[in-house]
Amino acid sequence: MVVIMAKVLTGKISHPGVAEGEVLLLTEPVSFWGGVDHHGEIIDVHHAQHKAKMTNKILVMPSGRGSSSATAVLAELIRTGDGPLAIVMLQCDTILVIGALVSAEIYDISLPIVELEQAEYDQLTDGMRVSVDARSDQEVATISF
Amino acid sequence: MSTTLTLTSEEQAMLDGEHGPAVAMCMRIIVGVARANGAEKLIEIESAHADGTLYHGEAGLDFTEKLVDLGGKVKVKTTTNVGSLDLLHPNLVHGDETLMSHGRRLMDAHIALGCEPTWSCAPYQAGHRPAFGSHVAWAESNAIAFVNSVLGARSDRYGDFLDLSAAVTGRVPFGGLHHDAARKAVLVLDFSEIDSRVFSEDAAWAALGVILGNRAGTRVAAMVGLPGDLSDGGVTEDRLKGMGATSASAGGVGLFHVVGVTPEAPTLEAIVAPNAEYLKMTTADVREARDTLSTTSSEKLDAVSLGTPHFSVDEFRALAEVIGDGPKFAENIDFYISTSRDVMARSKDLGYLDVFLTAGGRVVTDTCTYVTPVLNRDVKNVMTNSGKWAWYAPGNLGIDTVLGSLSECVASARAGKVVRDESLWS
Repeated sequence: MVVIMAKVLTGKISHPGVAEGEVLLLTEPVSFWGGVDHHGEIIDVHHAQHKAKMTNKILVMPSGRGSSSATAVLAELIRTGDGPLAIVMLQCDTILVIGALVSAEIYDISLPIVELEQAEYDQLTDGMRVSVDARSDQEVATISF
Repeated sequence: MSTTLTLTSEEQAMLDGEHGPAVAMCMRIIVGVARANGAEKLIEIESAHADGTLYHGEAGLDFTEKLVDLGGKVKVKTTTNVGSLDLLHPNLVHGDETLMSHGRRLMDAHIALGCEPTWSCAPYQAGHRPAFGSHVAWAESNAIAFVNSVLGARSDRYGDFLDLSAAVTGRVPFGGLHHDAARKAVLVLDFSEIDSRVFSEDAAWAALGVILGNRAGTRVAAMVGLPGDLSDGGVTEDRLKGMGATSASAGGVGLFHVVGVTPEAPTLEAIVAPNAEYLKMTTADVREARDTLSTTSSEKLDAVSLGTPHFSVDEFRALAEVIGDGPKFAENIDFYISTSRDVMARSKDLGYLDVFLTAGGRVVTDTCTYVTPVLNRDVKNVMTNSGKWAWYAPGNLGIDTVLGSLSECVASARAGKVVRDESLWS
């Protein structure tokens, strides 16, 4: 079967990597620490997508939120394979980039993190299948669907 | 990846491994963040606060022990955040074997790297108070908000790993809140129409934290119309601590300005950015924010937990005054206070600690009741005056929370059920 990717969005590479999967669109940011459990499920009772699972999804959210320990939780999720395949944000959160950098350093797993402008970001919808290409030798990241 | 990052020859040498493999690994992480943020250079830091002391899983331990194995040492004064264990009261934490052994190894690894064993989320209460305008690398969201906002030192929002990477290299990317421009308020929250008596309640400051976090997200906000200043007991340092901690939980606040109170904001004009958004807040906004911090309206109470962020000497003094020589806490109530070993020792010397212990309370040091298993497993409803505790505990511990003032917490602990005075909020 040939999958035709009709649209290509471009964004900034915040951390390199490639991924392909289904979008989990969060309508508000989530804090990985205190907001996500070790199985990748959103446990923050205040969150609009409470109980959604980010494992093997392309996590799309406006920005980061909350505790700086989010880095360790993200690195642990990457190590165990319970984390997202990529993270796409409007406002890049450094705390999540660090989690990705460390995972690349100690586990050799590179989770792409991409920052998009509003007009591009608005084209992503929950459940759509996308391909994220943020290889480090490229000038920009592309998200195709 | 496009970048205009320029390194000094010394920084390049660190990256190239000339200062050893631990420095090189840390430098790769610092440089990776600098590139992601588009920083043009790195800057030297004067101190660090390391947050990777709490065990979240093997990744943190793998990273820290790898640094130790590679011969890493911190280059600047580095204090430690809470760990997963109470090293002074080893029987209080009842975690599983992995948490206990890995948690201990993680704390030991930080000491091996040369960190100071403060084990506190409030190092600013334990003598670590960077000078106004100095550049630092602090992790732990409440500590970041405090060091930027209340002390006027400059830290971006660092987290586990980057804190140690900064401490080992003595460098951070010159970006984010290290820049003058990024410290300007792009949002103004005006509280001047609210009856100032509302702000005499601790719970109002937790509520202000929710409002600040929700409205600001990761943006810098200025708050105007709040009563008093740091010296007259209106906006105390502890209230700013509690508000900042709650705002950093409900949002991603790394810096806030309270006009007329915090050091960078003598006037609104001094710190407001052009075209800042302006929001007028009402008593209803404060009440609604406060209500999000209580998840039950039941009177049933099992425990009280104070000290998130860690209790200060001033808070121990206030608590001792409220307790006085009144009755002990009810038998069915576990009353915990989380604090640093430094504050505990000073509060003991001043006699405040014994007032609390005699009334039936228990002190937790080096860690905190919402990050590690301290509460009894059958505890369901817990009262606190801490907005941050109330924000995280339902998710972390699976319990219900009731937010109250310090005096309401004491009255409830004595009554064995929730006692709250709603008169100010009607």
